[in-house]
Amino acid sequence: MVIECKHVWTYISDYLDGTLSEEIRVTVQKHLEHCELCSAILDSTRNILVLTADDRVFELPVGFSERLHQRLEEELKQKKGS
Amino acid sequence: MTLQEQQGEAELIAAILAGETQLYHDLIRPYERPVYLLALSYMKNETDAEDVTQEAFLKAFRHLSSFRADAKFSTWLISIALNEARGRLRRQTAARTESLDKDPDEEGAVSPALLRDWREIPSEAVERGEIRDLLRKAVETLPEIYREVFLLRDVEELNINETAEALNISVSAVKVRLHRARLMLQKYLAPQLKSVTKPKRRWFAWS
Repeated sequence: MVIECKHVWTYISDYLDGTLSEEIRVTVQKHLEHCELCSAILDSTRNILVLTADDRVFELPVGFSERLHQRLEEELKQKKGS
Repeated sequence: MTLQEQQGEAELIAAILAGETQLYHDLIRPYERPVYLLALSYMKNETDAEDVTQEAFLKAFRHLSSFRADAKFSTWLISIALNEARGRLRRQTAARTESLDKDPDEEGAVSPALLRDWREIPSEAVERGEIRDLLRKAVETLPEIYREVFLLRDVEELNINETAEALNISVSAVKVRLHRARLMLQKYLAPQLKSVTKPKRRWFAWS
């Protein structure tokens, strides 16, 4: 089975998650082998997902954890006292 | 999360409800980051996001006895945080102008940015402030329904079922939204990342 680039794009997310059916996966795979456009789209998407998931991108503010547990502690003490 | 960890969590919750309230600190530690990130994605500023996070953890503590043991603590917690963030936003902006007349999942396909080649950007690039800003900005500019799915699934690595449960949407909606979020990010980021990571020639200004 041969598919167009446009169709390949609709499968990118499932392809990356490994949730495509075997038949479609093979078809997409074959297309990717000879289509540099779709390969570049897939590679860039995969690369971008790795970068955005990096812990350094979204960091907790300094002292965040301390302030949170301090506030919880006040509540926990109250609960005990009541 | 392994079955063992889940059992450990259930035991912690039982102990807290039995009076060992100090254990609540340990119970929530793994969730500080995901709850904060979700709050940040709604509130768009660190101070409000921190406030929402604190409120959500306090609420969860006060209502811990209503937590059903057959649910997952993480998804229960995330839905409390979501309600808190949405409630606060509603109070902040009385009239929100989001389109309610069309189902967002029915919209047309998102096309990716077209490129002929892609040079792998290594993780070390995240050390650079401008790259971090670019990535954060890209995620922040995603429409809300795509952003929340993306953060839970791809940044916090919840599985599809957990994401669906936390957001109270169907599994197929998670898949559709995640796909769109990923392509939108690719479309927005690929050209920009390509240009900022290109080796630059340096010119000195002599005059």
